Amino acid sequence: MDWNFVIFSTLKILCVIFLALMPMVAYAVLAERKISAFIQDRVGPNRVSLPLIGGIPIIGPFLTRWGVWQPMADGLKAFLKEDFTPNYVRKAYFWLAPALTMTPAFLTIAVIPFGSNLGNQKMVIADLNVGILYTFGIVSLGVYGIVLAGYASNSKYPFLGGIRSTAQMISYEIAMGMSVIPVFLVAGDLNLSKIVERQALEGWFALPFMAQQQTLMSYLLWPCAMISFFIFLVSAFAETNRLPFDLPESETELVAGYNTEYSSIKFALFFMGEYANMIAASCMMVTLFFGGWSLPGLATPANTILAGLLHIGVFVGKMLVFMVLFIWVRWMLPRFRYDQLMDLGWRRFVPLALANILVTATVLLLLNSK
Amino acid sequence: MIVQRKPLTFWERLYLPAIAGGFKVTWKHFRRTLFGGDNAAKQTSKGYYPEVPWTVADGYRGAPYLLKDQDGNTKCVSCQLCEFVCPPKAIKITPPGDSGLKADRSNAEKMPLEFEINMLRCIFCGFCQEVCPEEAIFLQKDYSLTGLTRSEMIYDKEKLLALGGTNAGIQKWKHKLEEAKVQETFPVKL
Repeated sequence: MDWNFVIFSTLKILCVIFLALMPMVAYAVLAERKISAFIQDRVGPNRVSLPLIGGIPIIGPFLTRWGVWQPMADGLKAFLKEDFTPNYVRKAYFWLAPALTMTPAFLTIAVIPFGSNLGNQKMVIADLNVGILYTFGIVSLGVYGIVLAGYASNSKYPFLGGIRSTAQMISYEIAMGMSVIPVFLVAGDLNLSKIVERQALEGWFALPFMAQQQTLMSYLLWPCAMISFFIFLVSAFAETNRLPFDLPESETELVAGYNTEYSSIKFALFFMGEYANMIAASCMMVTLFFGGWSLPGLATPANTILAGLLHIGVFVGKMLVFMVLFIWVRWMLPRFRYDQLMDLGWRRFVPLALANILVTATVLLLLNSK
Repeated sequence: MIVQRKPLTFWERLYLPAIAGGFKVTWKHFRRTLFGGDNAAKQTSKGYYPEVPWTVADGYRGAPYLLKDQDGNTKCVSCQLCEFVCPPKAIKITPPGDSGLKADRSNAEKMPLEFEINMLRCIFCGFCQEVCPEEAIFLQKDYSLTGLTRSEMIYDKEKLLALGGTNAGIQKWKHKLEEAKVQETFPVKL
Protein backbone atom coordinates (compact mmCIF):
# COMPACT_ATOMS: atom_id res chain seq x y z
CA MET A 1 0.00 0.00 0.00
CA ASP A 2 1.17 3.47 -0.84
CA TRP A 3 1.28 4.98 2.64
CA ASN A 4 2.34 8.36 1.34
CA PHE A 5 -0.86 8.59 -0.69
CA VAL A 6 -3.04 7.48 2.22
CA ILE A 7 -1.50 9.99 4.65
CA PHE A 8 -1.69 12.93 2.28
CA SER A 9 -5.24 12.09 1.19
CA THR A 10 -6.40 11.89 4.80
CA LEU A 11 -4.64 15.16 5.53
CA LYS A 12 -6.31 16.82 2.54
CA ILE A 13 -9.75 15.53 3.50
CA LEU A 14 -9.39 16.68 7.10
CA CYS A 15 -8.03 20.08 6.12
CA VAL A 16 -10.65 20.71 3.46
CA ILE A 17 -13.58 19.64 5.61
CA PHE A 18 -12.61 21.00 9.02
CA LEU A 19 -10.35 23.91 8.22
CA ALA A 20 -12.01 25.16 5.06
CA LEU A 21 -15.52 23.90 4.48
CA MET A 22 -16.99 23.98 8.00
CA PRO A 23 -15.74 27.49 8.82
CA MET A 24 -16.84 28.62 5.37
CA VAL A 25 -20.33 27.28 6.01
CA ALA A 26 -20.41 29.06 9.36
CA TYR A 27 -19.23 32.34 7.91
CA ALA A 28 -21.48 32.00 4.86
CA VAL A 29 -24.36 32.10 7.33
CA LEU A 30 -22.88 35.23 8.88
CA ALA A 31 -22.40 36.78 5.43
CA GLU A 32 -25.97 35.94 4.56
CA ARG A 33 -27.22 37.58 7.74
CA LYS A 34 -25.08 40.68 7.29
CA ILE A 35 -25.82 41.20 3.61
CA SER A 36 -29.52 40.53 4.14
CA ALA A 37 -29.50 43.03 6.97
CA PHE A 38 -27.85 45.73 4.86
CA ILE A 39 -30.31 45.18 2.04
CA GLN A 40 -33.16 45.51 4.52
CA ASP A 41 -31.80 48.66 6.23
CA ARG A 42 -30.80 46.74 9.35
CA VAL A 43 -27.38 46.24 10.94
CA GLY A 44 -27.31 42.46 11.38
CA PRO A 45 -25.54 40.51 14.13
CA ASN A 46 -23.40 42.92 16.16
CA ARG A 47 -23.60 41.71 19.77
CA VAL A 48 -21.44 38.62 20.36
CA SER A 49 -18.18 39.44 22.07
CA LEU A 50 -15.45 37.13 23.38
CA PRO A 51 -14.24 37.66 26.96
CA LEU A 52 -10.60 38.54 26.26
CA ILE A 53 -10.59 39.68 22.65
CA GLY A 54 -13.63 41.86 23.23
CA GLY A 55 -11.61 43.93 25.68
CA ILE A 56 -8.90 44.92 23.20
CA PRO A 57 -9.44 48.57 22.27
CA ILE A 58 -10.66 49.31 18.72
CA ILE A 59 -10.17 45.76 17.37
CA GLY A 60 -12.48 44.08 19.92
CA PRO A 61 -15.49 46.32 19.37
CA PHE A 62 -14.81 46.32 15.63
CA LEU A 63 -14.95 42.52 15.42
CA THR A 64 -18.04 42.50 17.61
CA ARG A 65 -19.77 45.05 15.42
CA TRP A 66 -19.16 42.90 12.38
CA GLY A 67 -20.55 39.85 14.15
CA VAL A 68 -17.34 37.86 13.73
CA TRP A 69 -18.07 35.66 16.77
CA GLN A 70 -21.72 35.16 15.91
CA PRO A 71 -21.20 31.76 14.17
CA MET A 72 -19.73 30.37 17.43
CA ALA A 73 -22.76 31.50 19.39
CA ASP A 74 -25.04 30.06 16.71
CA GLY A 75 -23.24 26.72 16.77
CA LEU A 76 -23.27 26.54 20.56
CA LYS A 77 -26.95 27.37 20.59
CA ALA A 78 -27.73 24.67 18.03
CA PHE A 79 -26.00 22.08 20.20
CA LEU A 80 -27.56 23.14 23.49
CA LYS A 81 -31.15 23.64 22.39
CA GLU A 82 -33.78 21.10 23.29
CA ASP A 83 -33.75 18.36 20.68
CA PHE A 84 -37.43 17.68 20.39
CA THR A 85 -38.61 14.63 18.48
CA PRO A 86 -42.38 14.57 18.02
CA ASN A 87 -43.75 11.12 18.86
CA TYR A 88 -45.62 10.73 15.58
CA VAL A 89 -42.52 10.77 13.35
CA ARG A 90 -40.91 7.76 11.73
CA LYS A 91 -37.88 7.75 14.00
CA ALA A 92 -35.27 5.94 11.91
CA TYR A 93 -35.79 8.09 8.81
CA PHE A 94 -36.24 11.18 10.92
CA TRP A 95 -32.76 10.70 12.33
CA LEU A 96 -31.25 9.68 9.02
CA ALA A 97 -32.52 12.63 6.95
CA PRO A 98 -30.28 15.44 8.30
CA ALA A 99 -27.18 13.31 7.80
CA LEU A 100 -28.28 12.48 4.27
CA THR A 101 -28.61 16.18 3.47
CA MET A 102 -25.25 17.14 4.89
CA THR A 103 -23.06 14.31 3.54
CA PRO A 104 -23.64 14.63 -0.23
CA ALA A 105 -22.81 18.32 -0.06
CA PHE A 106 -19.42 17.47 1.44
CA LEU A 107 -18.82 14.55 -0.91
CA THR A 108 -19.20 16.79 -3.96
CA ILE A 109 -16.18 18.80 -2.88
CA ALA A 110 -13.97 15.71 -3.27
CA VAL A 111 -13.49 16.09 -7.03
CA ILE A 112 -13.13 19.88 -7.10
CA PRO A 113 -9.57 21.01 -7.94
CA PHE A 114 -9.32 23.86 -5.43
CA GLY A 115 -5.72 24.64 -6.32
CA SER A 116 -2.98 23.43 -8.63
CA ASN A 117 -0.10 22.02 -6.61
CA LEU A 118 1.23 22.47 -3.12
CA GLY A 119 4.66 20.91 -2.90
CA ASN A 120 4.28 17.74 -4.94
CA GLN A 121 0.63 17.20 -3.98
CA LYS A 122 -2.20 17.94 -6.39
CA MET A 123 -4.75 20.13 -4.69
CA VAL A 124 -7.74 17.91 -5.30
CA ILE A 125 -8.91 15.18 -2.97
CA ALA A 126 -9.92 12.65 -5.63
CA ASP A 127 -8.57 13.28 -9.12
CA LEU A 128 -11.24 11.15 -10.81
CA ASN A 129 -11.25 10.83 -14.57
CA VAL A 130 -15.08 10.77 -14.44
CA GLY A 131 -15.23 13.72 -12.06
CA ILE A 132 -18.40 15.34 -13.32
CA LEU A 133 -20.33 12.07 -13.46
CA TYR A 134 -19.39 11.49 -9.83
CA THR A 135 -20.63 14.99 -8.97
CA PHE A 136 -23.99 14.48 -10.60
CA GLY A 137 -24.33 11.08 -8.97
CA ILE A 138 -23.72 12.55 -5.54
CA VAL A 139 -25.87 15.63 -6.13
CA SER A 140 -28.80 13.32 -6.99
CA LEU A 141 -28.38 11.69 -3.57
CA GLY A 142 -28.89 15.08 -1.95
CA VAL A 143 -32.61 14.97 -2.70
CA TYR A 144 -33.07 11.91 -0.48
CA GLY A 145 -32.32 13.85 2.68
CA ILE A 146 -35.10 16.33 1.98
CA VAL A 147 -37.57 13.74 0.74
CA LEU A 148 -36.93 11.51 3.75
CA ALA A 149 -37.29 14.48 6.08
CA GLY A 150 -40.64 15.29 4.49
CA TYR A 151 -41.81 11.69 4.65
CA ALA A 152 -40.50 10.89 8.12
CA SER A 153 -41.99 13.99 9.73
CA ASN A 154 -45.44 12.51 9.15
CA SER A 155 -47.02 15.93 8.98
CA LYS A 156 -48.57 17.84 6.10
CA TYR A 157 -46.23 20.80 5.54
CA PRO A 158 -42.98 18.82 5.58
CA PHE A 159 -44.68 16.31 3.32
CA LEU A 160 -45.62 19.00 0.78
CA GLY A 161 -42.09 20.36 0.98
CA GLY A 162 -40.69 16.90 0.36
CA ILE A 163 -42.91 16.36 -2.68
CA ARG A 164 -41.98 19.74 -4.12
CA SER A 165 -38.28 19.15 -3.65
CA THR A 166 -38.47 15.76 -5.37
CA ALA A 167 -40.08 17.26 -8.44
CA GLN A 168 -37.90 20.35 -8.44
CA MET A 169 -34.55 18.71 -7.92
CA ILE A 170 -35.14 15.88 -10.34
CA SER A 171 -36.36 18.28 -13.05
CA TYR A 172 -33.48 20.67 -12.72
CA GLU A 173 -30.88 17.93 -12.50
CA ILE A 174 -31.71 17.08 -16.10
CA ALA A 175 -31.30 20.65 -17.29
CA MET A 176 -28.14 20.99 -15.21
CA GLY A 177 -26.63 17.78 -16.51
CA MET A 178 -27.31 18.71 -20.12
CA SER A 179 -26.06 22.26 -19.69
CA VAL A 180 -22.52 21.08 -18.93
CA ILE A 181 -22.24 18.70 -21.88
CA PRO A 182 -21.01 21.47 -24.23
CA VAL A 183 -18.18 22.15 -21.76
CA PHE A 184 -17.03 18.58 -22.04
CA LEU A 185 -17.47 18.55 -25.80
CA VAL A 186 -15.08 21.49 -25.96
CA ALA A 187 -12.66 20.19 -23.36
CA GLY A 188 -12.78 16.60 -24.55
CA ASP A 189 -12.33 15.33 -20.99
CA LEU A 190 -14.49 14.62 -17.94
CA ASN A 191 -11.66 15.16 -15.45
CA LEU A 192 -12.21 18.48 -13.71
CA SER A 193 -8.47 19.12 -13.22
CA LYS A 194 -7.91 18.74 -16.96
CA ILE A 195 -10.78 21.09 -17.67
CA VAL A 196 -9.28 23.74 -15.43
CA GLU A 197 -5.85 23.34 -17.02
CA ARG A 198 -7.35 23.72 -20.48
CA GLN A 199 -9.25 26.84 -19.44
CA ALA A 200 -6.08 28.28 -17.92
CA LEU A 201 -4.38 28.12 -21.32
CA GLU A 202 -7.15 28.77 -23.83
CA GLY A 203 -9.53 31.00 -21.90
CA TRP A 204 -12.27 30.48 -19.33
CA PHE A 205 -15.39 29.13 -20.93
CA ALA A 206 -17.55 31.99 -19.66
CA LEU A 207 -14.91 34.70 -20.23
CA PRO A 208 -12.68 33.65 -23.17
CA PHE A 209 -10.51 36.77 -23.00
CA MET A 210 -9.12 35.61 -19.64
CA ALA A 211 -6.64 33.39 -21.45
CA GLN A 212 -2.94 32.71 -21.64
CA GLN A 213 -3.15 32.57 -25.43
CA GLN A 214 -6.13 33.95 -27.33
CA THR A 215 -7.77 31.53 -29.74
CA LEU A 216 -10.54 32.11 -32.28
CA MET A 217 -12.26 28.91 -31.20
CA SER A 218 -13.00 30.02 -27.65
CA TYR A 219 -14.57 33.24 -28.97
CA LEU A 220 -16.72 31.32 -31.46
CA LEU A 221 -17.92 29.07 -28.67
CA TRP A 222 -18.55 31.96 -26.28
CA PRO A 223 -22.33 32.22 -26.87
CA CYS A 224 -22.75 28.48 -26.32
CA ALA A 225 -20.70 28.63 -23.14
CA MET A 226 -22.75 31.57 -21.88
CA ILE A 227 -26.01 29.69 -22.45
CA SER A 228 -24.51 26.68 -20.68
CA PHE A 229 -23.43 28.82 -17.79
CA PHE A 230 -26.79 30.55 -17.53
CA ILE A 231 -28.70 27.26 -17.41
CA PHE A 232 -26.20 25.85 -14.94
CA LEU A 233 -26.49 28.91 -12.73
CA VAL A 234 -30.28 28.85 -12.63
CA SER A 235 -30.31 25.09 -12.09
CA ALA A 236 -27.81 25.50 -9.27
CA PHE A 237 -30.21 27.89 -7.56
CA ALA A 238 -32.98 25.30 -7.97
CA GLU A 239 -30.79 22.42 -6.76
CA THR A 240 -29.67 24.25 -3.65
CA ASN A 241 -33.26 25.32 -2.85
CA ARG A 242 -32.32 28.97 -2.82
CA LEU A 243 -34.70 31.76 -3.66
CA PRO A 244 -36.26 32.30 -6.21
CA PHE A 245 -36.68 28.51 -6.17
CA ASP A 246 -36.96 27.75 -2.46
CA LEU A 247 -40.25 25.89 -2.89
CA PRO A 248 -39.34 22.98 -0.58
CA GLU A 249 -38.96 25.48 2.24
CA SER A 250 -41.23 28.37 1.21
CA GLU A 251 -41.89 29.60 4.72
CA THR A 252 -44.83 31.75 3.66
CA GLU A 253 -46.75 28.72 2.44
CA LEU A 254 -45.35 25.67 4.22
CA VAL A 255 -44.28 26.99 7.65
CA ALA A 256 -40.69 25.86 7.06
CA GLY A 257 -41.23 23.09 4.55
CA TYR A 258 -39.34 19.86 5.01
CA ASN A 259 -37.60 20.90 8.23
CA THR A 260 -40.69 22.10 10.11
CA GLU A 261 -40.56 19.28 12.69
CA TYR A 262 -36.83 19.50 13.28
CA SER A 263 -35.13 21.28 16.11
CA SER A 264 -31.71 21.82 17.63
CA ILE A 265 -28.67 20.28 15.91
CA LYS A 266 -30.77 18.27 13.46
CA PHE A 267 -32.21 21.50 12.09
CA ALA A 268 -28.71 22.98 12.08
CA LEU A 269 -27.55 20.06 9.93
CA PHE A 270 -30.18 20.90 7.32
CA PHE A 271 -29.18 24.52 7.52
CA MET A 272 -25.47 23.75 7.16
CA GLY A 273 -26.27 21.30 4.37
CA GLU A 274 -27.92 24.09 2.42
CA TYR A 275 -24.87 26.31 2.73
CA ALA A 276 -22.48 23.46 2.00
CA ASN A 277 -24.52 22.83 -1.14
CA MET A 278 -24.20 26.47 -2.09
CA ILE A 279 -20.44 26.25 -1.64
CA ALA A 280 -20.32 23.07 -3.71
CA ALA A 281 -22.39 24.67 -6.47
CA SER A 282 -20.18 27.78 -6.45
CA CYS A 283 -17.10 25.56 -6.68
CA MET A 284 -18.60 23.72 -9.64
CA MET A 285 -19.39 26.96 -11.47
CA VAL A 286 -15.90 28.31 -10.86
CA THR A 287 -14.34 25.05 -11.99
CA LEU A 288 -16.45 24.55 -15.09
CA PHE A 289 -16.88 28.09 -16.39
CA PHE A 290 -14.48 30.45 -14.64
CA GLY A 291 -11.16 28.67 -14.91
CA GLY A 292 -10.88 27.22 -11.39
CA TRP A 293 -7.65 28.29 -9.72
CA SER A 294 -6.24 30.01 -12.80
CA LEU A 295 -5.78 33.66 -13.61
CA PRO A 296 -4.09 35.03 -16.76
CA GLY A 297 -0.43 35.16 -15.73
CA LEU A 298 -0.92 32.43 -13.13
CA ALA A 299 -1.97 29.84 -15.67
CA THR A 300 0.61 27.10 -15.18
CA PRO A 301 0.36 24.63 -12.27
CA ALA A 302 2.42 25.95 -9.37
CA ASN A 303 5.98 24.85 -8.66
CA THR A 304 6.48 26.76 -5.45
CA ILE A 305 4.50 26.72 -2.22
CA LEU A 306 3.73 30.44 -2.58
CA ALA A 307 2.25 30.05 -6.06
CA GLY A 308 0.29 27.04 -4.84
CA LEU A 309 -1.22 29.06 -2.00
CA LEU A 310 -1.93 31.88 -4.42
CA HIS A 311 -3.85 29.49 -6.67
CA ILE A 312 -5.93 28.30 -3.73
CA GLY A 313 -6.58 31.93 -2.85
CA VAL A 314 -7.71 32.70 -6.40
CA PHE A 315 -10.08 29.75 -6.34
CA VAL A 316 -11.57 30.73 -2.98
CA GLY A 317 -11.92 34.33 -4.14
CA LYS A 318 -13.86 33.33 -7.24
CA MET A 319 -16.02 31.03 -5.17
CA LEU A 320 -16.87 33.81 -2.72
CA VAL A 321 -18.13 35.96 -5.60
CA PHE A 322 -20.68 33.27 -6.38
CA MET A 323 -21.60 32.90 -2.71
CA VAL A 324 -22.39 36.62 -2.58
CA LEU A 325 -24.43 36.20 -5.76
CA PHE A 326 -26.42 33.38 -4.13
CA ILE A 327 -27.09 35.54 -1.09
CA TRP A 328 -27.88 38.69 -3.04
CA VAL A 329 -30.33 37.07 -5.44
CA ARG A 330 -32.37 35.94 -2.45
CA TRP A 331 -33.53 39.52 -1.93
CA MET A 332 -33.78 40.45 -5.60
CA LEU A 333 -36.39 38.06 -6.89
CA PRO A 334 -39.72 36.85 -5.54
CA ARG A 335 -40.39 33.13 -5.32
CA PHE A 336 -41.53 31.35 -8.49
CA ARG A 337 -44.87 29.63 -8.45
CA TYR A 338 -44.69 25.84 -8.59
CA ASP A 339 -46.05 25.55 -12.14
CA GLN A 340 -43.82 28.40 -13.35
CA LEU A 341 -40.85 26.55 -11.93
CA MET A 342 -41.74 23.34 -13.73
CA ASP A 343 -42.50 25.26 -16.92
CA LEU A 344 -39.13 26.99 -16.80
CA GLY A 345 -37.31 23.74 -16.16
CA TRP A 346 -38.97 21.43 -18.63
CA ARG A 347 -40.21 23.67 -21.42
CA ARG A 348 -37.46 26.28 -21.51
CA PHE A 349 -34.21 24.93 -20.14
CA VAL A 350 -34.29 21.32 -21.29
CA PRO A 351 -34.92 22.20 -24.98
CA LEU A 352 -32.48 25.11 -24.75
CA ALA A 353 -29.78 22.86 -23.29
CA LEU A 354 -30.39 20.25 -25.99
CA ALA A 355 -30.17 22.87 -28.73
CA ASN A 356 -27.03 24.20 -27.13
CA ILE A 357 -25.38 20.78 -27.26
CA LEU A 358 -26.27 20.50 -30.94
CA VAL A 359 -24.94 23.95 -31.82
CA THR A 360 -21.71 23.42 -29.87
CA ALA A 361 -21.17 20.07 -31.53
CA THR A 362 -21.77 21.60 -34.98
CA VAL A 363 -19.37 24.47 -34.35
CA LEU A 364 -16.72 22.04 -33.10
CA LEU A 365 -17.24 19.79 -36.11
CA LEU A 366 -16.85 22.70 -38.53
CA LEU A 367 -13.78 24.03 -36.74
CA ASN A 368 -12.06 20.66 -36.50
CA SER A 369 -12.83 19.54 -40.07
CA LYS A 370 -10.82 22.39 -41.59
CA MET B 1 -63.99 42.61 -9.32
CA ILE B 2 -62.15 41.12 -12.22
CA VAL B 3 -58.45 41.86 -12.30
CA GLN B 4 -57.25 42.65 -15.79
CA ARG B 5 -54.21 40.49 -16.48
CA LYS B 6 -52.36 41.89 -19.43
CA PRO B 7 -50.29 39.32 -21.28
CA LEU B 8 -46.60 39.99 -20.67
CA THR B 9 -44.49 41.27 -23.50
CA PHE B 10 -41.54 39.23 -24.73
CA TRP B 11 -39.13 41.56 -22.95
CA GLU B 12 -40.98 41.10 -19.67
CA ARG B 13 -41.15 37.36 -20.10
CA LEU B 14 -37.36 37.19 -20.24
CA TYR B 15 -37.39 38.14 -16.50
CA LEU B 16 -34.40 40.39 -17.21
CA PRO B 17 -36.13 43.73 -16.45
CA ALA B 18 -37.34 42.26 -13.15
CA ILE B 19 -33.81 41.14 -12.30
CA ALA B 20 -32.38 44.56 -13.16
CA GLY B 21 -35.08 46.27 -11.11
CA GLY B 22 -34.44 43.95 -8.18
CA PHE B 23 -30.74 44.67 -8.29
CA LYS B 24 -31.33 48.40 -8.42
CA VAL B 25 -33.51 48.39 -5.33
CA THR B 26 -31.34 46.03 -3.28
CA TRP B 27 -28.14 47.87 -4.24
CA LYS B 28 -29.65 51.20 -3.24
CA HIS B 29 -30.47 49.91 0.25
CA PHE B 30 -27.20 47.98 0.60
CA ARG B 31 -25.12 51.03 -0.30
CA ARG B 32 -27.08 53.32 1.96
CA THR B 33 -26.81 50.98 4.97
CA LEU B 34 -23.22 49.83 4.53
CA PHE B 35 -21.48 52.95 3.22
CA GLY B 36 -23.93 55.67 4.19
CA GLY B 37 -24.12 54.50 7.80
CA ASP B 38 -27.89 54.82 7.67
CA ASN B 39 -30.36 52.25 8.97
CA ALA B 40 -33.92 51.85 10.10
CA ALA B 41 -33.07 52.10 13.81
CA LYS B 42 -31.37 55.44 13.25
CA GLN B 43 -34.34 56.75 11.35
CA THR B 44 -36.97 55.75 13.89
CA SER B 45 -35.17 56.10 17.24
CA LYS B 46 -31.81 56.97 18.72
CA GLY B 47 -30.39 53.46 18.78
CA TYR B 48 -31.00 49.76 19.04
CA TYR B 49 -33.53 47.91 21.14
CA PRO B 50 -31.98 46.67 24.39
CA GLU B 51 -30.32 50.03 25.12
CA VAL B 52 -33.07 52.20 23.71
CA PRO B 53 -36.37 50.66 24.81
CA TRP B 54 -39.13 50.53 22.32
CA THR B 55 -41.91 53.09 22.67
CA VAL B 56 -45.08 51.06 22.90
CA ALA B 57 -47.96 52.65 21.06
CA ASP B 58 -51.42 53.03 22.57
CA GLY B 59 -53.71 50.16 21.78
CA TYR B 60 -50.81 47.69 21.69
CA ARG B 61 -51.85 44.16 22.57
CA GLY B 62 -49.29 42.83 25.02
CA ALA B 63 -49.72 40.50 27.96
CA PRO B 64 -53.23 40.14 29.48
CA TYR B 65 -53.52 41.23 33.11
CA LEU B 66 -56.42 41.43 35.55
CA LEU B 67 -57.80 44.82 36.50
CA LYS B 68 -59.18 46.32 39.70
CA ASP B 69 -62.03 48.78 39.64
CA GLN B 70 -61.83 52.37 40.85
CA ASP B 71 -62.29 51.28 44.47
CA GLY B 72 -59.50 48.70 44.29
CA ASN B 73 -61.80 45.67 44.15
CA THR B 74 -61.38 42.65 41.92
CA LYS B 75 -63.47 43.03 38.80
CA CYS B 76 -63.37 39.37 37.76
CA VAL B 77 -66.49 37.43 38.72
CA SER B 78 -65.08 34.00 37.84
CA CYS B 79 -67.50 33.37 34.98
CA GLN B 80 -64.78 31.40 33.15
CA LEU B 81 -65.69 32.71 29.69
CA CYS B 82 -62.05 33.70 29.07
CA GLU B 83 -60.89 30.25 30.14
CA PHE B 84 -63.36 28.76 27.69
CA VAL B 85 -62.45 31.02 24.76
CA CYS B 86 -58.68 30.95 25.24
CA PRO B 87 -57.26 29.27 22.08
CA PRO B 88 -53.98 28.00 23.59
CA LYS B 89 -55.67 27.13 26.92
CA ALA B 90 -53.39 29.44 28.84
CA ILE B 91 -55.96 30.57 31.39
CA LYS B 92 -56.93 28.42 34.36
CA ILE B 93 -59.56 29.67 36.79
CA THR B 94 -60.45 28.03 40.09
CA PRO B 95 -63.96 29.20 41.06
CA PRO B 96 -64.68 29.73 44.76
CA GLY B 97 -67.23 26.91 45.01
CA ASP B 98 -70.62 26.95 46.77
CA SER B 99 -69.61 28.40 50.09
CA GLY B 100 -66.37 29.95 48.99
CA LEU B 101 -64.92 33.38 48.58
CA LYS B 102 -67.45 36.18 48.25
CA ALA B 103 -66.78 39.07 45.93
CA ASP B 104 -65.10 42.07 47.48
CA ARG B 105 -67.52 44.43 45.80
CA SER B 106 -71.26 44.84 45.41
CA ASN B 107 -72.97 43.90 42.13
CA ALA B 108 -71.02 40.65 42.01
CA GLU B 109 -71.71 37.27 43.55
CA LYS B 110 -68.25 35.78 43.55
CA MET B 111 -64.65 36.24 42.54
CA PRO B 112 -62.08 33.66 41.52
CA LEU B 113 -60.28 31.68 44.21
CA GLU B 114 -57.32 31.44 41.86
CA PHE B 115 -56.71 32.86 38.37
CA GLU B 116 -53.65 31.68 36.48
CA ILE B 117 -52.34 32.66 33.06
CA ASN B 118 -49.51 30.60 31.67
CA MET B 119 -47.53 33.28 29.84
CA LEU B 120 -45.57 30.59 27.99
CA ARG B 121 -48.79 29.49 26.35
CA CYS B 122 -50.48 32.86 25.93
CA ILE B 123 -50.46 34.13 22.35
CA PHE B 124 -51.68 37.66 23.14
CA CYS B 125 -54.71 37.19 20.89
CA GLY B 126 -57.02 39.29 23.04
CA PHE B 127 -60.00 36.93 22.94
CA CYS B 128 -60.17 37.04 26.75
CA GLN B 129 -60.43 40.81 26.69
CA GLU B 130 -63.08 40.65 24.00
CA VAL B 131 -65.21 38.05 25.72
CA CYS B 132 -65.03 39.41 29.29
CA PRO B 133 -68.45 40.77 30.35
CA GLU B 134 -66.92 42.60 33.33
CA GLU B 135 -64.05 44.32 31.50
CA ALA B 136 -61.80 42.67 34.06
CA ILE B 137 -58.99 41.50 31.81
CA PHE B 138 -57.12 43.67 29.33
CA LEU B 139 -54.14 43.19 27.06
CA GLN B 140 -51.61 45.69 28.33
CA LYS B 141 -48.31 47.06 27.13
CA ASP B 142 -45.92 44.41 28.45
CA TYR B 143 -44.33 42.44 25.60
CA SER B 144 -41.09 41.06 26.99
CA LEU B 145 -41.90 38.56 29.74
CA THR B 146 -38.97 36.57 31.04
CA GLY B 147 -38.36 33.98 33.70
CA LEU B 148 -35.83 31.32 34.64
CA THR B 149 -38.28 28.46 35.16
CA ARG B 150 -41.53 27.35 33.60
CA SER B 151 -43.41 27.65 36.89
CA GLU B 152 -42.21 31.23 37.20
CA MET B 153 -44.01 32.04 33.96
CA ILE B 154 -47.40 30.99 35.32
CA TYR B 155 -48.77 34.24 36.70
CA ASP B 156 -51.23 33.85 39.58
CA LYS B 157 -54.09 36.10 40.66
CA GLU B 158 -52.09 38.38 42.97
CA LYS B 159 -49.42 38.94 40.35
CA LEU B 160 -51.92 39.57 37.57
CA LEU B 161 -53.86 42.03 39.70
CA ALA B 162 -50.70 43.82 40.79
CA LEU B 163 -49.44 44.10 37.22
CA GLY B 164 -52.82 45.04 35.83
CA GLY B 165 -53.44 47.99 38.14
CA THR B 166 -56.64 49.95 38.26
CA ASN B 167 -58.71 50.95 35.32
CA ALA B 168 -60.81 53.95 36.25
CA GLY B 169 -61.75 54.62 32.68
CA ILE B 170 -64.67 52.31 32.27
CA GLN B 171 -66.79 52.20 35.40
CA LYS B 172 -69.57 49.92 34.31
CA TRP B 173 -71.09 49.05 37.70
CA LYS B 174 -70.67 52.52 39.14
CA HIS B 175 -72.69 53.89 36.27
CA LYS B 176 -75.23 51.11 36.60
CA LEU B 177 -75.61 51.97 40.27
CA GLU B 178 -76.05 55.65 39.50
CA GLU B 179 -78.64 54.79 36.91
CA ALA B 180 -80.45 52.59 39.37
CA LYS B 181 -80.41 55.31 42.02
CA VAL B 182 -81.70 57.88 39.59
CA GLN B 183 -84.49 55.59 38.53
CA GLU B 184 -85.68 55.36 42.17
CA THR B 185 -87.22 58.81 41.86
CA PHE B 186 -89.92 59.90 39.45
CA PRO B 187 -89.72 61.51 36.91
CA VAL B 188 -86.36 60.11 35.85
CA LYS B 189 -83.77 62.84 35.30
CA LEU B 190 -80.86 61.46 33.40
